[in-house]
Amino acid sequence: MTDRREFDVLIIGAGPAGLAAACCAAEAGRRVGVVDDNPAAGGQIWRGEHDKPTQPAATTWFERLRNTKFEFLPGTRIVGHPAEGVLLADDDRTLIELKYDKLILATGARERFLPFPGWTLPGVTGAGGLQALVKSGISIAGRRVVVAGSGPLLMAVASYLRRAGAVVPLIAEQAPRGRVAKFAAGLLAHPGKLMEAARLKWELRGVKYLTDCWPVAAEGNDAVENVTLQRRGRSWQESCDFLACGFGLVPNIELPMLLGCEIEQGSVRVDDGQRTTVKDVYAVGEVTGIGGLAPALIEGQIAGLAAAGEKEAALRFLLFPRRNARRFAQKLEHTFRLRDELRQLPADETIVCRCEDVRFDQLTEHYSWRSAKLHTRCGMGPCQGRVCGAATEFLFGWGMDSVRPPLYPVRVEHLARATVTRESQSTED
Amino acid sequence: MPERITLSVNGCDVSVLAGSMVSAAVSAAGETAFRTSVQGEPRGPLCGMGICFECRVCIDGVRHVRACQRLCQPGMEVSTHD
Repeated sequence: MTDRREFDVLIIGAGPAGLAAACCAAEAGRRVGVVDDNPAAGGQIWRGEHDKPTQPAATTWFERLRNTKFEFLPGTRIVGHPAEGVLLADDDRTLIELKYDKLILATGARERFLPFPGWTLPGVTGAGGLQALVKSGISIAGRRVVVAGSGPLLMAVASYLRRAGAVVPLIAEQAPRGRVAKFAAGLLAHPGKLMEAARLKWELRGVKYLTDCWPVAAEGNDAVENVTLQRRGRSWQESCDFLACGFGLVPNIELPMLLGCEIEQGSVRVDDGQRTTVKDVYAVGEVTGIGGLAPALIEGQIAGLAAAGEKEAALRFLLFPRRNARRFAQKLEHTFRLRDELRQLPADETIVCRCEDVRFDQLTEHYSWRSAKLHTRCGMGPCQGRVCGAATEFLFGWGMDSVRPPLYPVRVEHLARATVTRESQSTED
Repeated sequence: MPERITLSVNGCDVSVLAGSMVSAAVSAAGETAFRTSVQGEPRGPLCGMGICFECRVCIDGVRHVRACQRLCQPGMEVSTHD
């Protein structure tokens, strides 16, 4: 037996974009459901903020949510799309069929990891990854953490880790100095961002911020002990207990692709009203392009109102701020574009697909994601290419050409118990 | 005083703050390897947000559970050995 739920507006992802959408649609009187893989709402940027918020925007929105009626389904993943207007979800106990009139995709983004020798050692984590782990209770006090990769997230992470007691000797940013300096000067046009940057700079006093610098190898026996960094032709070792390393963010487009939404340059294509190319399906926040908190909140509100039938209101008040927020996102993308040298990081024997232990030299003879998958099992493990797919996209220019259900691994006993609606399936076949 | 809960990791009792994920308990038990890869390498958490599946462990007899997405419960039995 499969559980069934019905919603006027179903929202996938309980980060800022999804929560803003939920608020607006529920306040307009719609029956709203919000699904998230995590045990609590907030997404990554508001992780841990749901019960005792510390960030001003989180405080405001969680307060507003407390006065809003909607159903939250935590610890739940969307695994399939069996019929029009239906998604199939897995909550670790059973499969649930979720029916909707309008669907809002707020699936967010993940970090991009690039393979280099030693990157599979325990202790080498994502940058946002280590922050999430610390927020989940891992103790970092007194531990030495090198933060590396690219993007403004590195500074935010370093600052957070220091507050949690970590010793951060340096931040290695791959972007060139000139571009970062120009970006910093451009912050004058974004007073809010300027304040944020000034605060981070103050919090990070004593931490070296090295541009044109990236890790070329991690070393250690059972876990990372050293990282070799490279900068302007010079390389040296830094000792560390953790190497927190992320090379920007990648939109989570697997579910939008399964639904048939058009993808443009790696993110979901939407119009001014946040509509995707699929009828009654909206997309908001990072999945429509990496832009951070500000556009996510605005887009969530636009889609929430539009899905509730209040499109006029949405467009009138929110379009201008949305454009402004997106302009900032374009500057970010230009500044922190990954340099070509990073494609030389993997050695022949470096593992690229961590689930199936597929080496770099096994992949170089292939010229597509599909061919590599079929011959090497690259991307066929439990993460289903979420890590190595983003890496090989950068290393080889490969793209995912299709997505198939289940989107996440599902236990066989759950599948065996499921009785899934397939009414519109027969007309398509 | 924040509430603490006790669970077992590889047979040893570990105490963590209520609200911690299993990843925190495994780490508090001094383990850096959460699983062993298909070629026998030790692996630990990478993404911290349920994407990479590198932190999967056995919880109360159920294998392949992502430690970073599961809240600790009193008396839980966690193993990193299979």
